[in-house]
Formats: sequence, C-alpha cells, structure tokens
Amino acid sequence: MTRILWTVAALLLIAFVPFPWRSADLTNSRVTIGSKSFTESVILGEMARHLVESSGTPAIHIQELGGTRLVFDALLNGEIDLYTDYTGTIAEEILGFEGPWTLADLQSALADRQIRISQPLGFNNTYVLAMSRQRAEQLAIETISDLKRHPDLALGFSNEFMDRQDGWPGLKEHYGLPQHSVSGMEHGLAYHQLNLGAIDVMDAYATDAKIEIFDLKLLQDDRNFFPEYKAVLLYRGDLERRFPDALESVRRLQGNLSEPVITRANRRVEFDGQSDSAAAAAFLADQFGLQREVERQSAVSRILQRTIEHLDLVRKSLIPAILVAIPLGILAWRHPALGQLILGATGIIQTVPALALLVLVMPLIVWLGMASVGLGSVSAIVALFLYSLLPIVRNTYSGLQDIGREYRESATALGLSRRFRLLHVELPLATRSILAGVKTAAVINVGFATLGALIGAGGYGQPIITGLRLNDTTLIYEGAIPAAILALLVQGLFELAERSLVPRGLRSQTVS
Amino acid sequence: MLKLHDISRRYGDLTALHPLDLSLDSGKTWVLLGPSGCGKSTLLKIIVRLVVPDQGTVEFDGQVVDQASAQAFRQRTGYVIQDGGLFPHLTAADNVSLLACYLGWEKSRIRQRMSELANLARLPEEALARYPSELSGGQQQRVALMRALFPDPDLLLLDEPLGALDPIVRRELQTDLRDIFRRLGKTVILVSHDLHEAAFFGGQSLLFREGRLVQRGTIADLIESPAEPFVTRFVTAQQSTLDPEASS
Repeated sequence: MTRILWTVAALLLIAFVPFPWRSADLTNSRVTIGSKSFTESVILGEMARHLVESSGTPAIHIQELGGTRLVFDALLNGEIDLYTDYTGTIAEEILGFEGPWTLADLQSALADRQIRISQPLGFNNTYVLAMSRQRAEQLAIETISDLKRHPDLALGFSNEFMDRQDGWPGLKEHYGLPQHSVSGMEHGLAYHQLNLGAIDVMDAYATDAKIEIFDLKLLQDDRNFFPEYKAVLLYRGDLERRFPDALESVRRLQGNLSEPVITRANRRVEFDGQSDSAAAAAFLADQFGLQREVERQSAVSRILQRTIEHLDLVRKSLIPAILVAIPLGILAWRHPALGQLILGATGIIQTVPALALLVLVMPLIVWLGMASVGLGSVSAIVALFLYSLLPIVRNTYSGLQDIGREYRESATALGLSRRFRLLHVELPLATRSILAGVKTAAVINVGFATLGALIGAGGYGQPIITGLRLNDTTLIYEGAIPAAILALLVQGLFELAERSLVPRGLRSQTVS
Repeated sequence: MLKLHDISRRYGDLTALHPLDLSLDSGKTWVLLGPSGCGKSTLLKIIVRLVVPDQGTVEFDGQVVDQASAQAFRQRTGYVIQDGGLFPHLTAADNVSLLACYLGWEKSRIRQRMSELANLARLPEEALARYPSELSGGQQQRVALMRALFPDPDLLLLDEPLGALDPIVRRELQTDLRDIFRRLGKTVILVSHDLHEAAFFGGQSLLFREGRLVQRGTIADLIESPAEPFVTRFVTAQQSTLDPEASS
C-alpha cells in the first residue's frame, strides 16, 4: 500500500511540477494579445505586440487562437486584452445587427460589454468572391449577379463564411444564387482547389496576397451585399487603466495602414517566407522608424520548445487520467450497476469529436476562472484528460473481469481481506490489460494534443496550423513528424514498462 | 466437529443442494462422492462460504460460520481445487506464503514452515522459486497443498485435487496425500467422482445424486447394502476399474 502511495505521489509530481525553464505565469503584469487563424490577423497581432513592448510593457501574443467567436469570447472573458477585427464582422457576426449601422453603433453596443473599439486602422478588408481569371473570362463573369446564369458552378467557401450571416446564407438570399454544389473547406486549401479546378468560386479577403499570386478575378459586389470590413482594434475596457502607455502605443496603428500596405505585409509572410513578426517589424520600421528586434528561432530550438509544450499537455492530462481511470475501472468492476454508468459515461465522452469536446469544455473552465486558452490552457488539458479515460477504465474493468474464477475463489478461500486480494492478486493479474489501456490512451493523447494548438495551447499542433495557413508543407511536417515520433516513443516506453511491471509469471500469457 | 444444519442452495430453477443436515467428526477423512453436478462441490463451497446457502447454518467446532466469521474461519481452513488455483503472477514460494504475509508472520517463521511443508509434500526446494507455469501438474498440486496447509488448518477441503493429473502422477500423489492425512490427523473433506479414489482414501464416503445425500458409509457399505438402485448403478459403473486390494 505504501508503495502505491509513493507511486501516486511520484506520478503527480511528474504531472504538475512546473518545468524549470518555463516562465511563470505573468497574466496580470503583461498585455495579452490574440489573433485569429489567418495571416493578416497574426501580422496585426505582431504589430500590436511590438508596439506594446516598445512602450516598455511586457506583452504576449497568443497566435492563431481560432475563429471570430472564440477570439471574441476570449476577449470578453479577459483571457486576452486586445485583438484586431473588422467592422462588418463585429456588426454582423458578433453583434447580430441587421440593416445599416455606423461605427458609433458598434461603439455603444460593445461598451455595454466593457469592450472598446478603436478608430479604423485605415484599410477595408472586405469579403470578395474570387474565380480563376481564365474561368471567369471563359464564362464572361464580371459580377456576383452573373453567377446566377451558371447554376452548375462549384463553390468552395471557408467554414466561417459558410455559417456567417454576412457570408453564404445571406449572399445566396440577397442575390438569389442557385448553386447547389457548395462545400466548406479550410481557407488556405481553397486556393489550391480553385487552382486545380475542383471548385470554381471561393471567398477571399480583399487584402489576401494570394489573390495577386494566383491571379484571381474578383467578382464585383454589384448589389452591395458585403458591408465594410474596416480593421479596428478591440480591447478590454480596463486596458486603459491598467496599461495606458501600451494602449497609447498600439493606437498609433489607427489610420496608418492601407490596403496596399497590408497586402504587401501579407505577401511577405505567405510568399517571401518572412515570419509574421518580421513583416510586422518591417512595417513599423517604414511607418514609424521604429526598430524592433525580431527573434529568430532556429528550427531545433523551435521543435524543442514545441516538444516541451506538447509533453506538458500530455503529462498534465494523461497522468491524472491514469490516476482517476484505474480506480474508476475497479469501482465499475466491484459494483456492476455503477459500472454500467461509468463505462457508459466514459464511452459517450469518446464519441464526442475531439474539437467539439474542446469547445464544450471551454465555458466550464472560464466559469471556474482558469486559463481556457493560450499556453497552459486548462481546457486543452481537461479535454485530453477526458479523452484518455475510456481506454484505461475499460481495460482495467475487463482485465479484472477476465480473472479466472479459480483465482478469485482461491484468494477468497485463503482468508485474505478484500483489499489485500485486490492489491496482491487481482490487480497484478490485470496488469497487462491495464497497461495496454494506458498505452492506448497515451498514444491517442499524443495525437490529440496537437489539437491544443487550435486554442493557443502550443505543442506540435502549432506548426501544423501555421503550415496550413501559410500552405507551407515543411512547417506541417515540422509538427506532424515529431508528433508521430513522440507517439512511437511513448508506445516503446510503455512496452519497456510492460517488461518491468508485468509479473514474470504472466508474461507468456496473451491479453484478451 | 463440522455440523451442517438444514443447508440448501438453488441457482435459479436448478436446486444444487436440497435441504441437508450433516455432522462430520473431526480428525477423519470424508469423501464426497457422486457424478458431476450432484452438488458435492457446491457443498464444499458452502462450507468455506464461497457460496452462501439460501438457508441453514454451518458450524465448526461449535462456532457458526457466517459472513462476519467467514474470513477467520477460512484462515483456519485449507482449500485446494482441481487445477490448484495457484496465482500465476507469484512464485510457488510466494503462493504458499501469501496468507502468512497477509497475517504478518516473521520471515524466519515463514522460512521454517516452508521447508517443513516442502518435506511433507515432497516438493524439491528449487521448485519453490518457479512460477506455476514452470511446474508440472503434480508439482502444482503439491504447491497447492502446501499453500492450504501453511497456517496448519483444522480443516482441509479438497475439490477433486487430482482430477487433472495423468494416472501415474495421480497414483503417486494419492499415496502421498493419504500418508499426509494420516500423519497430520486433520479433518479432511475430499470431493471426488471416482469410487476408486474414495476407496483408496478409506473412511466414510457420502454419495450424492442431484443435490441429495443418497447414502453415507464405507465403500463396502455402498457395495453390500445400497440404499437405492442408483447406488448400485454408480458402483457397478466403476467397479470394473476398482482395485480389489484398496476396496477391502
């Protein structure tokens, strides 16, 4: 029994002792900036970070946090202090305005939620519909209205556009568009689908550098469906009080950007291979003569950092899952009625898609006042924890269930207590099955931890989503390959553990 | 003295054991005989309370064995099953001393008892370090017997202990068991479906059929004055293989 307590203590230590080389949480002494999962948002986030830091205030930028809803919610919850968004998006998507509106309307509606909006930064990044120039000319399509004449065209839209009021549903109604072949896809991939001819029309942002690169034809919004999407800063009402200098510095962006300038910055990142940070710094140097040092991380140190982040997610979710799931499995075995409940509940969790689980967990974490997004995201850890339960619970349960009747009866007939039987006979006999469950959970966990990057939790998922955004295969490999290697290592580690943990007398047997 | 009073047990529609009163004197070997499914194993399990009877009481040396006293009673009772029921994750020695470890015996006491029993059960010392899967069937049963005898129990229950062994090993072990029983003078209850074996161990047999005690007596009694035609059928079915010397 003491040995078990020591093991539990050691595991908890491994799970929760902070890595010494990770900086402590500074949430309250720095400005936290967020960005959405597309290049322009990330560059604007980097500009904001450089400007905050140049005012002498520490800042952190949680990149590629997700879509509008997620980032805006993070702002409302105080998990980030500031990000850039677009007036049309704010009005239609966030506030649900119908009919005409002005900046002042947005201002007062947001003020109710303690959110402030800056003056426009100076460019309008409206939605546009784009086609390959060749295809558009072939079909003589100039305007969105012209699409009505071609009901067979295949449309491919970003997932957000598919759902937004100011996206496909509204557009279809406004123009009376007849197309039926409409699919949702990742924005970066849509360009390639268009290039390959798999789709004919896609949505794009006016300042997208790819429009020029792929030589796309933009269809004229001849019946003025799309509202204005002027870039603005959104920030928390308390930022002015907490960091007045930092806010003043970021506000320098107001009115100082333009469509060609931001398109050039986008292009630098997406095609010239510059980092988001470097493109932001280049703009600040041109515009304000502000010299900012851009950290250049070598691939090795980058992968190392991702590895640490990834392992952090895995250890904080997997180890508690082991410590909870094994007792749950024992409980399920001891009490069959409760067992059905436990196995049913963990089974249901497993059927929820990983990403949905992540999103479902987030409000709870926010409600508990813990960090939902960003590095050290409790949401990601809780979701991974829940996901890891089933294989361990089920294998503990079935491992115990499968113990031969003769062993259970012999142990009872010897006159051993229930606890002694469990610890010295039943659990050892179930070791192989339990370890197999832990191994499965660990491998699944390492894979799913890549999804943590979708809410800024870092890890190997980060280069994957950045790679998707920039259409940079090398970057995707930079996340995918280490993730696969780590999964194999974990598998190997557990096979080694099996050798030392499974009692010698059981090793020749096979696990059912 | 082991006393069963009005014991019975049903499994759903099946009556494994009809109400039974029985008292067995201490220090003797009793053989529960009968075809498979006759209730003899159930009776043995009821005695150690692996199976809880629907009604009735079990009493050993004047003490009732109930839920509260079952664990203490089991510690004073040895129980051996057909395949030994040795725990595959423990060495033979660890199997044998498991109860002593639980009871917190001192190492030296355990060691001493272990070598006593190895002598008694004629198990080679080196076999003690092996895992059950590395032992022969006969050795496994010797280890199981050692495990059952370790706390020097008052009562020894054996459920077809030799059922899975080949004839030569079986005969060897039968002889050893009989010697051990005689030497220790314990109360032994042995379940068997084999008239031959019952005759070999001698003493009183209890013949069961479909959950009922049909006849109680020596093998000679069963042969000479059968209580009902079934007894004769049971005896004659096995008599051709009966060792005339042992049945005398």
